[in-house]
Amino acid sequence: MSLSNAFFAIIKRDLVLALRRRSEIANPLLFFVLVITLFPLGIGVQPHLLQAIAPGIIWVSALLAAMLSLDSLFRSDFDDGSLEQILLSTYPASILVLAKVIAHWLVTGLPLLIIAPLLAVFLGMPSHSLGILLLTLLLGTPVLSLIGAIGVALTVGLRRGGMILSLLVLPLYVPVLIFASNAVEIAGTGLPVSAQINILIAILVMAVVLAPWPTAAALKMSIN
Amino acid sequence: MDLKETVRLQAKQLKCIRDDRVLFEGLSFELNAGHVLLLEGKNGSGKTSLLRILCGFREPDEGELLWGGDSINDGQYHADMAYVGHLDGVKKELTVFENLTVSLALGVPGRYSILDALTRVNLANYDDVLVQALSAGQKRRLSLARLLITDNKLWILDEPFTSLDKQGIALIETLMIEHCATGGMIVLTSHHDIELHDVVVQRINLS
Repeated sequence: MSLSNAFFAIIKRDLVLALRRRSEIANPLLFFVLVITLFPLGIGVQPHLLQAIAPGIIWVSALLAAMLSLDSLFRSDFDDGSLEQILLSTYPASILVLAKVIAHWLVTGLPLLIIAPLLAVFLGMPSHSLGILLLTLLLGTPVLSLIGAIGVALTVGLRRGGMILSLLVLPLYVPVLIFASNAVEIAGTGLPVSAQINILIAILVMAVVLAPWPTAAALKMSIN
Repeated sequence: MDLKETVRLQAKQLKCIRDDRVLFEGLSFELNAGHVLLLEGKNGSGKTSLLRILCGFREPDEGELLWGGDSINDGQYHADMAYVGHLDGVKKELTVFENLTVSLALGVPGRYSILDALTRVNLANYDDVLVQALSAGQKRRLSLARLLITDNKLWILDEPFTSLDKQGIALIETLMIEHCATGGMIVLTSHHDIELHDVVVQRINLS
């Protein structure tokens, strides 16, 4: 199938690009680690307080790290004209956009997942909620990338779109934040969290199916 | 009548407004297989805007564009056209070959393989060179090589001769003549005088 060819060609291209300019991977990850390590310093010697707010700290940091990385999603393609070529392709732009978002998540979202358990232990999170933390990050961070893509697509044509981007995207991130950090918190007390997880799965499925269309449409507007 | 022969680009009463200024209105033309349409006009007369309308990036403010009788927004059009604009559309961190591999995956494979196309535009042996190491003229030839590896009937070229030397210009002209000889069509803007032998060149002056 040539559509899947094009799909994987885009993913591969973006991964190779990310490997050749490593700051793209390092930036959000470094930000994530730094913010989380600053909290114990700011709060002082209060391990119980830290433990209680750990889910929130990790999730808010993940959310901000995801936002920080958003601009790189379409910026360089927009600047060098590759975006025009992608949109002119024979294949549906929404599918190709989905490929770009997946590559972006692999580069910026997945590293957060890998480092998060370590940071959770730093914050004194109980070990039985680590699994749920990972699960919420696995389900939640792709949603952040998918929803963020709509915002970036709308603002990529503006020279200073950063502020508008945060205003556009942050409110849409709130449901993910609420359900994800709540799930981790509840898991710490040993109660079942299947409701929150199911809602996160539903949000993820909806985002995968629905977000690529407005993103592709917004990109077409932006390159106008 | 053979369907392939009837494929042509028709513009009907196009109008383009940009920043409250009418760039052109009532613009109609018809481009048949094997013909070249050269857009002329001074800077800011709407040449690039017209090309971007032809690419489907912009909607014309009035009028319509037809490709083989269908609106360009549906049907075959996007599979049949290729665009080389002001921006080269290549990633500078990727090698020449990697760039063309992506372009090939995004389109329908055409007459030339990637290596043949590179030889054709005098970039043989550059396939594993990073694009950021290429000169401006070489980058331009690389983005034009994209036209050869995919199968496109209509080429839309915005100032294709920018930063090319004399040999480069002659080379692209040869490629354009070949493309028209095989039933292709080209819309381009250019400040250079183009010399295309045995090709019908229609001219539209926008100013």
